Formats: sequence, structure tokens, C-alpha cells
Amino acid sequence: MEFFVAQVLTGLANASSLFLVACGLSLIFGVTRIVNFAHGSLYMIGAYTGYSLMQVLPGAVGFWGSILIAGLVVGLVGLLIEILVLRPVYRAPELFQLVATFGVILVIQDLALLIWGPEDLLGPRAPGLRGVVRIMGEPIPKYDIALLIITPFVAVALWYLITKTRLGVLVRAATQDREMVGALGVNQSWLFTGVFALGSALAGLGGALQLPKGGADLLMDFNILAPVFVVVVIGGMGSLPGAYLAAIIISVLNVFGVSYLPESTLVLMFVVMIVVLMIRPYGLFGREEVAGEHGQVGEPERPIKPASNTVRMVVAAGLVLLALLPLYGSHFSLVLITDVLIFCLFAASLHFLLGTGGLVSFGHAAYYGGGAYVAALLVTHVNSPMELAFLLAPVGAGLVALAIGWVCLRLTGVYFAMLTLAFAQLIWSLVFQWGDVTGGDDGLVNIWPAEWLKATTVYFYFTLVIAVSGILILRHVAHSPFGYALRAARDSERQAEATGIDTRKVRLLAFGFAGFMGGLAGALFVFSKGSVFPNELEIARSFDALIVVFLGGVKTLAGGVVGAGFFKGIEEVLIRFEYWRLLMGLLIIFVVIAAPDGVVGSLRKGLERVGLRKVEDQ
Amino acid sequence: MLEVDRINSFYGKAHVLRDLSLDVPKGEVVALLGRNGAGKSTTMKSVMQIVRTASGSVRFEGQEISRLPPHKIAKLGVGYVPEDRRVFSDLTVVENLIVGYQPPREGSVTWTRDMLFDLFPNLAERRNNRGKALSGGEQQMLTIARTLMGNPSLVLLDEPSEGVAPVIVEQMVQVITQLKSEGLTVLLSEQNLHFAQAVADRAVIIESGARVYHGTLAELTANPDIRDAYLAA
Ligand SMILES: Nc1ncnc2c1ncn2[C@@H]1O[C@H](COP(=O)(O)OP(=O)(O)OP(=O)(O)O)[C@@H](O)[C@H]1O
Ligand SMILES: [Mg+2]
Repeated sequence: MEFFVAQVLTGLANASSLFLVACGLSLIFGVTRIVNFAHGSLYMIGAYTGYSLMQVLPGAVGFWGSILIAGLVVGLVGLLIEILVLRPVYRAPELFQLVATFGVILVIQDLALLIWGPEDLLGPRAPGLRGVVRIMGEPIPKYDIALLIITPFVAVALWYLITKTRLGVLVRAATQDREMVGALGVNQSWLFTGVFALGSALAGLGGALQLPKGGADLLMDFNILAPVFVVVVIGGMGSLPGAYLAAIIISVLNVFGVSYLPESTLVLMFVVMIVVLMIRPYGLFGREEVAGEHGQVGEPERPIKPASNTVRMVVAAGLVLLALLPLYGSHFSLVLITDVLIFCLFAASLHFLLGTGGLVSFGHAAYYGGGAYVAALLVTHVNSPMELAFLLAPVGAGLVALAIGWVCLRLTGVYFAMLTLAFAQLIWSLVFQWGDVTGGDDGLVNIWPAEWLKATTVYFYFTLVIAVSGILILRHVAHSPFGYALRAARDSERQAEATGIDTRKVRLLAFGFAGFMGGLAGALFVFSKGSVFPNELEIARSFDALIVVFLGGVKTLAGGVVGAGFFKGIEEVLIRFEYWRLLMGLLIIFVVIAAPDGVVGSLRKGLERVGLRKVEDQ
Repeated sequence: MLEVDRINSFYGKAHVLRDLSLDVPKGEVVALLGRNGAGKSTTMKSVMQIVRTASGSVRFEGQEISRLPPHKIAKLGVGYVPEDRRVFSDLTVVENLIVGYQPPREGSVTWTRDMLFDLFPNLAERRNNRGKALSGGEQQMLTIARTLMGNPSLVLLDEPSEGVAPVIVEQMVQVITQLKSEGLTVLLSEQNLHFAQAVADRAVIIESGARVYHGTLAELTANPDIRDAYLAA
């Protein structure tokens, strides 16, 4: 009993920062409709800033002052992000705003590295709260008690702000219908900026508050995302009490998990989430999202047509050039192009899901890395021949995708996106934690292709054939009756259902199929490198693919492929610089702001403008 | 008070308003008439710049407003009551009014919550109910009250009689009459000619986004041909 109480108290204390960060995310989403992926980065800045301040500000006043100032500083950073990055893209399709926040993540990662260096920083203890108190004989850190007391106050203050002040009323009104709020004389830009700054400040506070219990490191931005998303999904988007309750559930559970099931703490979180979603699809306190905003008119999509002769010729010429590469290219260029081809297939599989299916998966690396791991595990543990492992990898990835899709497809829009990301994190943590089987952080090595594929040139041709066929198959499926059904489900669920399409089934199959193709890319990858590490499953990898699809343009079929080539090319150049993430991030932000149609889309528009390409009317 | 001069508006590529002009003199109620899809709502939205006008000018009290964002136009004293009501369904009646609040403005009536509750007694009873719990008529009143909280001098009233019970329509007539007596100027979009006849001084008829008639309401009443040509029976 004593132990139980102590565990619950620790859990409640841990819930504190999680709640703050989740609240901030929820608040920002409610008003701006942006899932702020950079939220984890803001949390990280909060931790680092708090740390630095605590080094210079002495005593208890200095400690608590540092936390507050860290919150303010991060609020200011949020303000800048909103004004400089998001404001120009509010009118763009919402996915562009997400890509813009990815750019921000990269920039912040490198800035943090630049300012605070690569070492993990151990958080200072809170002055005056160093020891423990005994509650029912169990030691509880004093700082935990402090957090226990503070959090409800913060929660009530936030609740008061949202429910009782005019600002709160405006925020809630804007959550429902921001255009109407504007028509009533409220300056929305100001409201958006304010809310974004407030939400950011909460993330910063969360980061600084957890210092004495943890510290600051460069991975905390991604590490916090999955729990925060899970909390928001369980609690219900936009609900303060929901976020609070869910943060407590997750944290308490986590504490018990550490004691009783140390191997599966992360999995536990997802199990709870799945159970909650089965019972309440929009979270404990959430409401179904109302799709469609008033007054937003998008440009109609271009009808899909078979490729014109010119396009066919360009593609054929490109393929011939590629096929002849071993004749004129260096060894290095073969390796590079192999990488690019693999990446193209990976991106094309995501493009299929996103463009044709309208299913924004934020965790596509789960299937890519998943495929790679299936192959590597088969080779490592059952000594499977390469050919068999290669064939089974996409099948395994496809099955994983079907299972994850089965849960995620219960939801739509942002909930769906956040869930896919959370599940990808689950796979990542499984691989990471289950070291006996997966090698954990050390990865799996010595996964070489069969003897007949060993030579770089041969493997290059192998990749060329598989990747190009994969992309053609994806394209073919997108144009098949199945592709049309999928598109119908994307454009109007109700109409699609009315014409007898089982939209859920169609989407699930598409999800599985995209997973299969992602897994195929993963299989190509693992045998080209001879090893696989958990970072192939990381959020960052999923983001790479997303960025590529956006760079290429969601609406164009060539998008995924061109984007991948473009991205890999640029990465190849940038990676030589020490702070390539910073450059990459700035480039992404620039592209999002300057070319919201992506590279292919913007090129096409540019050509139309100068009259080189006929404008296709209806 | 409001001068719309040859504006053109689009939804994507669809050209909806074509060189549309109209005047709303101070203190008058002007009815904007036309069939379904004629472009009445679009005209209202174009004045508010919720739909951006591609060309032409919109002047309010002599000031060009066609390049301003909606919130600035509202701040100048233009109140917009949308046809689909758009009450904030999760907010209470009182909170809906709070969203509409603007500081008093010289030259127009300063409305308080109590004055509005006098004007719309039904709302007073339901002040702590959420928007979604209200009936259609109550929601219509709430939208008007919410807009009045901003103390506008011109009100754009989009089809207040649409889809509400005859009693409520009757009440709307009284409300508009009262607003007029308080010195407010109103641009009222309608399909219901009888309703317009009860409150309006002038009429503008539009068809496919272009003006096909303008004159006093008395003239329109005296010309059944025009009525039959451009308005639904
Ligand atoms: N959001 C929109 N996107 C595209 N077209 C629209 C949109 N809203 C209206 N339209 C079109 O613009 C035209 C004018 O519509 P509008 O709503 O202004 O007409 P209205 O006169 O108010 O009709 P009603 O009496 O039905 O309210 C119609 O042809 C309509 O189909
Ligand atoms: Mg209308």
C-alpha cells in the first residue's frame, strides 16, 4: 500500500511537465489548426535556457526565477516562429504548415547544438528541496512534492484564463470559427500570435520544470513528442481537463511500468491509448473534429491523365542515363544513386498514401525501417538466405502497416496523423529497448546481399530494377479502379460510401500496400548498407520522407520521386557542413514560404506564367 | 454611407459578382433582392472582404475599405450578420455577445448587454445556454445581437428571415424597424419580397451577380413585371 501511494505520487509529479507541454500543443492546435511539431523543440529550448539561467542566478529565487524566465524566453521564441514562419503560410494547405514546423525543428536542433554543445546536461537540484520526505515510510523527493502542489495551480490558472476571461472566450470562439471572429472585429493575427506564444511558453515551462528530475539533451525534442501526442489523443484535442487527466494516467502508469515491467514501459502507454480510443474515438474529453473551414477555397485538382509522350520520353531518357551510369559514373556515384533510388521508392510509397489516399501518415519510417529490420532479423536469427529475407521484409512491413492502420484509421485528420507518429515511435522504442533481439542502439550488422549481388554495380542494377518497378506499380495502382476508389474516399467519404465503396477497407488496404512498398525500400536499404540501426525508424526519417513529398508537391504524381532526388542531392551538398540541419531547416522554411506548390508544382506554374506550357483549363 | 462601385468577385475561377454597384444612403434600409444563387451573400461577404474583391471599389463613409482585412472593416463600424448564423455553438449566449464586443464608437448607438436582452427577451432567458442549445430563431437573434455588441453604424443583414418561423419573421421586422429608428443603416439581403416591403426604403435586384434593377421599394411594388422577371414568386 505504502509503495503504491509513493508510486502514484511520483507519477503525479512526473505528469507535471507532460501536462504543460500537452496543454500548449492543444491550445495552439485549437486556434491555429496547426499541429506544432516544433513543440518538442520548444520544450527542449525551455530546458536548456532554464539550465543556463540556473547557472548564473543563485538560490531558490534564482531557481524558480530561471524557470519562469525560461518560459518567457520560449514564449518569445514562439512569437518569432509564428510571425516569421507560420504567418506567411496560414493560407496554404495545412500540411505545408507542418512542413514549416519540421524546418523549425531542424533549425532549433542545430542552434541548440551550437549554443549548448553535444553533451547531455544534468539538471541542477532545486535549492531547499534537495532531500526527500517520508510519506507512509516511503521516500518521496521534495521536488516531487513541490511539483504536485504547483501543477494544479497552473492548471486552474489556465482554466480560468480559458473559461473566464475575454481572451479565453475569443480563443474558444476562434477554435470554432475564426473567420467569424475576424468579421466581428477581432484581429486574428494578433490572437494567433498570442496563443502561439502562450502555448510555446507552456512548453518552455515544462522543459525547465523537469530539469531537477532529468536534464537537457539534444534528443528531448523528439522524445517528448510521442508521449505528448498520446496525452493529447487520450485526453481529447483542445481539452484542458483531458490533458491533465491523460498526463496523470500516462505518468502514473509509466512509474508502475518501470517497477513491474521495465522492458515495456513505452508499450504500456500505447496499450492504454488503444483501449481509450476503442471506447472513445476522440479521447476522454474530445469532440469529433469538424472538417472543412468556412470560406476556404482550394484550387481544383488537375485531372489525372496518362503521361503525355513528352513526359514518357523524358522518363525513358532519364532511365537510360541511369542504366548507363556504371559506364561513366564513379564508384561513389553508384552508391549515391543507389541511395537516391531507395529513397525515391520510400518517398513514392508515402506519396501514394498522402496524395492519392489523403492519409497523412507521420510515421512512415515504421515500415521502411520495419522492412529493413524484418530482413536483418531473419538473417541474424534464423540465418535466412538473403533472397528469402528480401522477399519477406516487405510482407512483414505490410502486415505491421495493416495492424497499425487498423487502429489509426478509426480516426481522421490530425488525430490520425498523430497516432501514426505515435505508433512509429512505439516500433522505434520496441527495437531500441529490446536489445537482446534487435541489438538495440548497436543495431544489426553483417546483413550482406547474396553472393551474386555483392558487386556494387550489380546491386545498383538490382536497386534500379526494383525501385523503378515499385514506383511504376505504385503509379499503376493509383490509376487503377482501386486508386479511384481511394481518391473517392479521400474527396468525399459520404459520396464514396453511397456508391458502394467500403472506404475503411479501401484505406486499410492502401495503408498496408504503402507499408509494403516502404518495407521494400527498407529491404533494399539494409542490404545495400549491410547494417541497420534504430535511426531508420526515427521520427526524423518519417519527416525526411514527408519533407520530400512536400518539396516535390503533393498534387503531382512525379512529386515524390522528384522531391527525393532533389532532397538527396541537396542533403549530399549540405551534409558536408557541420551545421547542415540548420541550412536544411532554413531551406525547407524558405521553400514552404516561397513555393507552396512544391518544386514540381511551382515549376509547372512558373512555366505556365511565362507561357511555355499551355494552361490546362478544366 | 456605403458605396459599392463595379466590384468583381470570384470563388476560385468562378466569376460570381460582375461589375456590381450599389449605394446604401445613411439611415436607410436597402433590400438586396435576387433568386437563389444570385450573389446576395457574396455581395455581403465582398463588402466585408471575407471574399476578396478582385477589382472595383467599396467605400464606407467615404473611406476605401476594399483593401482592408475584415477585422478592420468591422472596427470602422460595419456589422456583418451571416446567413448561416454561425453562432459559436460551444459558447454560451453571453460569451457569444462578449466576442462581438467593441468599444463605443462616436456617431452610433452604444449597445449594452441589457439593451440587447430588452430587444430580444428570448435571449435573456437563455443567457447561460450554449449556442447549440438554441432554436433556429434564437440563434438568428443571437447573431444579430452579437453583431450589435460591436456598435456598428451599418449592418449587413443576410437573409434574417430564412428558415425561421413566421412569428420570428414578425419579430425581425420589428427589430429592423427599431434599428432604423435608432439611426442605423441596413443592407438587407432577402428572397422574401413581403419581408423587404415591410422594412425597406429601397431595393436593388441582382441576377447572376449583376445589378438588374434599383429604385425605391414603392416603384418596385408598382412594377409587377420587374418582380416577376427577377424574383421567385
Ligand atoms: N464557397 C463557395 N465556393 C464556390 N462557389 C460558391 C461559394 N459560395 C457561393 N458560391 C456560388 O456563388 C454564387 C452566388 O452565391 P451566393 O451565396 O452569393 O448567392 P445568394 O444570392 O446568397 O443565394 P441564396 O439565396 O441561396 O443565399 C452561386 O452560384 C453559388 O453556387
Ligand atoms: Mg445567400
